Amino acid sequence: MEHLLEIVGINKSFGAAQVLKTCSMSVAAKETVVIIGPSGSGKSTLLRSINLLEPVDSGDIFFEGANITRERKRAHLLRQQIGMVFQNFELFSHLSAAENVMLAPVKILGMSRADAHDIAVKLLRKVQIPEKADAFPDELSGGQQQRVAIARALAMRPKLMLYDEPTSALDPEMIREVLDVMAELSAEGMTSVVVTHEMGFARRAADRIVFMEAGEIIESAASDQFFAGTVNERSRRFLDQILH
Amino acid sequence: MSVELVLHYLVSPSFFRGAGMTLLLTVTSLFFGVVIGLALALIQESRTRAGQIVTLAYLWLFRGTPVLFQVIFIYNVLPSFGIKLSAFVCAVLALSLNEGAYMAEILRSGLQAVKKGQRTAGLALGMTGGQMMRHVVIPQAARIVLPPIGNQMIGMLKLSALVSVIAVEELLLVANQTASADFRYFEALTAAGIYYLAMTTAFMGVQVLIETVFDPKKRQRMRRMTLTERMLGTSQSFAVR
Repeated sequence: MEHLLEIVGINKSFGAAQVLKTCSMSVAAKETVVIIGPSGSGKSTLLRSINLLEPVDSGDIFFEGANITRERKRAHLLRQQIGMVFQNFELFSHLSAAENVMLAPVKILGMSRADAHDIAVKLLRKVQIPEKADAFPDELSGGQQQRVAIARALAMRPKLMLYDEPTSALDPEMIREVLDVMAELSAEGMTSVVVTHEMGFARRAADRIVFMEAGEIIESAASDQFFAGTVNERSRRFLDQILH
Repeated sequence: MSVELVLHYLVSPSFFRGAGMTLLLTVTSLFFGVVIGLALALIQESRTRAGQIVTLAYLWLFRGTPVLFQVIFIYNVLPSFGIKLSAFVCAVLALSLNEGAYMAEILRSGLQAVKKGQRTAGLALGMTGGQMMRHVVIPQAARIVLPPIGNQMIGMLKLSALVSVIAVEELLLVANQTASADFRYFEALTAAGIYYLAMTTAFMGVQVLIETVFDPKKRQRMRRMTLTERMLGTSQSFAVR
């Protein structure tokens, strides 16, 4: 099978601490992969290494078959094809919701403001907040901000979406609205890699679960197989812990 | 006091030229001050060891000595090294070098106030480092630094009076000369004071205008506010000198 993304044996250390230990995984087109694991297990670093926000020490990363690992100079071209959503939303505070979505198409792709505005309206409708187009980030709830952030990433028509704990900073009642948008995108065939603690989402939307612990990928299994009773002792212990 | 004499001074060509010189000194020194400050702030942002030492030495030197000292020093000492500059150039040089030190701190604090996550978000969208600075960091930093820069504008206007000691024909020198020639200190200084107040008021207006341009939300609310309210609304800035 042709993989959209393939990670082969990457290592990464911050000083003396090795946060990624020979990690390998691959993501097929239209697949949704959920990465789970205890805090500090290297999940976010793995995610950030995919779009080269975090350079790796060794190993290779292939995107659409091309080795991108050492493309530091052209990293921005790669990132234009990979959307990313952050734990703290990171909407640009000086721009309205619609302008946040429009910024990259206008400034990077050179699209006209009118065309970009059409796209913004369409995407804000998709994430269920068309009425907030002119609101500024500080006038939006966390859930609304995160949905605008998803729309902002989608505006570049990415081939891959990366979600870095997208609901960890949200109040419980707002988690659902964000997960619903993500699940819908996955169902439509948006290739996604999601770092999350939301097991409900993993069950609902994931094709595959990757379990990480202490910088290692312990297990990678089809979602139904994983939840039916995992083969691995360590992942079962983690599941027991978070499902109580 | 003779009101007529004050009016006479106000419209006299010498006072008008003096005020013009004060304005010219202020605007040029501010411009070069911002350029120097921006260069220093970016050097400091780059976090190289040599850069840190250079900026620290600069700030230490120019914030650690009186501006008046710097003006007199540049005017009187440079010629002995064969560098002959007009009094006006010396004045602008001294005021800009001094202003640069304060501007560097203001601009640096503005750049640092834009959190790392905002830069990462810009990069993750596919922006180059330059695009990220231009479209994400600088617009947000600008809103933060504008109130203190407004303060510096007004501070510089008043500071420019110091260069009267090297005989640059600016407002205060003109007023003082006129006063001692006519023995009418009250009237001459009142006229100069009125000019200063008029110029600082205009600067405050310019500041409000610029802040509004950089704040889209303020632009929306602007229509409902009077000028006085707008001016009072900018009082959260802090004094540097």
